[in-house]
Amino acid sequence: MKSSAKPQEMMALYRTMCRIRAFETKVQELFASNMIPGFVHLSIGEEAVAAGISSVLRPDDYITSTHRGHGHVLAKGADPRRMMAELFGKRTGYCKGKGGSMHIADFSVGVLGANGVVAGGFPIAVGAGLSCKLRGTDQVVVCYFGDGASNRGPVHEAMNMASIWKLPIIFACENNQYASTTAMSYSTSVPKISMRAQGYSMPGLTVDGNDVLAVREAAAQAVARARSGEGPTLLEALTYRWRGHFEGDPQRYRTKEEVQEAKARDPITRLAAVLRKKRLLSAQLEQRIQKEIQEEIEEAVRFAQESPYPEAQEALEDLYAGDVAQAAKGGLA
Amino acid sequence: MSLRELTNTEAMAEALEEEMLRDPTVFIVGEDIVAHGGIFGQFKGLPEKFQGRVIDTPISESCILGAGLGAALTGMRPFVDMHFADFLTTAMDEVANQAAKIRYMFGGQVKVPMVIWAPDGAGLSAAAHHSQSLEAWFVHTPGLKVVSPCMPYDVKGLIKTAIRDEDPVLFFMHKKIFGRKGPVPQEEYLIPLGSADIKRQGRDVTVITYSITLLHAMEAAQELAREGVELEILDLRTLWPIDWEAIARSVSKTHRVVVAHEACITGGLGAEIAARIQEELFDELDAPIVRVGAKRVPHPFSPPLEKFVIPGPHSILEAAKEVLT
Ligand SMILES: Cc1ncc(C[n+]2csc(CCOP(=O)(O)OP(=O)(O)O)c2C)c(N)n1
Repeated sequence: MKSSAKPQEMMALYRTMCRIRAFETKVQELFASNMIPGFVHLSIGEEAVAAGISSVLRPDDYITSTHRGHGHVLAKGADPRRMMAELFGKRTGYCKGKGGSMHIADFSVGVLGANGVVAGGFPIAVGAGLSCKLRGTDQVVVCYFGDGASNRGPVHEAMNMASIWKLPIIFACENNQYASTTAMSYSTSVPKISMRAQGYSMPGLTVDGNDVLAVREAAAQAVARARSGEGPTLLEALTYRWRGHFEGDPQRYRTKEEVQEAKARDPITRLAAVLRKKRLLSAQLEQRIQKEIQEEIEEAVRFAQESPYPEAQEALEDLYAGDVAQAAKGGLA
Repeated sequence: MSLRELTNTEAMAEALEEEMLRDPTVFIVGEDIVAHGGIFGQFKGLPEKFQGRVIDTPISESCILGAGLGAALTGMRPFVDMHFADFLTTAMDEVANQAAKIRYMFGGQVKVPMVIWAPDGAGLSAAAHHSQSLEAWFVHTPGLKVVSPCMPYDVKGLIKTAIRDEDPVLFFMHKKIFGRKGPVPQEEYLIPLGSADIKRQGRDVTVITYSITLLHAMEAAQELAREGVELEILDLRTLWPIDWEAIARSVSKTHRVVVAHEACITGGLGAEIAARIQEELFDELDAPIVRVGAKRVPHPFSPPLEKFVIPGPHSILEAAKEVLT
């Protein structure tokens, strides 16, 4: 596909994807060595979706994210150090250790939150879109979701409402073919999620989600439409998750061969090939980029490890914005 | 202070008008709220005065609530009309998982200044899907504030405060009190959340109550006064934060307590209040606390059945006599 991305922009896409891959790979290792509590859902293999979409967003645009949200949040500009600290449950984490992997938010870069409830971000995205409209800004909102999420009720309500009000929203389906153990072909009444757009009078596009340039092109169209007040778009990016649903998932629902085949469609290798062909990426440069990213991630881990845990009493903070003393007065805080 | 008589709906509309004039980020969103100023007339005049800021929605409760939340996170102050409190059940994820938890889960990064307004209560033969009082669920949910006033003065003052509050506030109003009149000052005033009000001074029994049950308590008090028994009536107005000091003061004065609400008695707010009184004020009590609430069945349709299930003035009268013997 012919891309309008300039060389610099292509290199930025490459870097973003490599950062997500490196972050997730590190999380995988740390989790395996019991450094990270709870459970984590990794997005290895899906990097092109977050990178492509975020590359056409402004810092003041919003996203809502999912349980598999590290990539979305990183691509939007969050600090890997504070993300890592949150995964460790440390006080310096984005949520002071109260959110963890599934609940990372960084309001300073428009991340309105990852969500532990599948499809939980839809109504919030509609509200953010409505707010952009009421405030008269030209900000847009990206609502990330998985193929599995598309079968929940609030999705229908949100797409309908976004459509009648022409809200500046991109419903971005990261279709990795599975919802936990359930294949999309089993659970979903349409062969393409984007077909659902028809029911809400909005454009529905399906793109190769392993082709970051294609994702970027489609996202650029959808964002332009949203910014100019023409309303929402449903954008589906076909991709694949290389890891299990969560780390430790025995993955009985798919074959090793299937995963192997998908790895052959690695979005990073694919862009690297384009960049090499255009003579933008030499072996040397590639090494340098990898080294820089590796250092950044190591630094994030160091920061997380060296950060203190919150004091137990901090569990009682942050519930209410108002007078906490007043809330405590009831004694039931 | 110059006082006029307003109905609860008039007091509510006036509160909203004042707040919308004061703050351009306040807007109202919900089903069927434009054409007639809300199905109870609670927004009368506002759609015309604030075009584009009183917004009709499709029947999409999850999304209405979640949209309020998203707007609150991004700089607005939504006032969300839930149509009927019963329909909160169709948006429970948005209320209990999202709005209530977002601030905490994200480490205090963000504020959630939104009001969820929900008409509740029985007594209109509206049957099981339009009659519930669900406040205990939400008091039980950390992160929410819960308000349930009865008189126009309190409705107006509390709506204004709820709109200015930085946290999600569930505002319940009983359907049978909308037309009720009461004095409301011309001048601007606010009532802080978490402040109860003694609606009647008395020495013999404290009745801790809120919402429509306040009216039942007042009626019972008049009757008992003829027999020489003086009820003290404490209107909680806000259920969370709860005004524990006001409760403690009154209990220490009368030493006998009835806790009364229309919600189902089992697992109701009365149980919480009674438990806490016995934990912290046991020595003040001269008799066991008596609870008044609805029987534990869905609300029936037929008038005699409904009347049997929900408490009225007689329930409070009998409860008061019980704690006095
Ligand atoms: C409402 C809800 N139901 C079920 C779950 C459990 N759950 C978590 S992730 C998941 C699968 C989601 O699949 P999809 O939306 O396709 O996203 P993916 O994991 O593939 O990125 C399920 C069932 C949940 N978190 N929330």
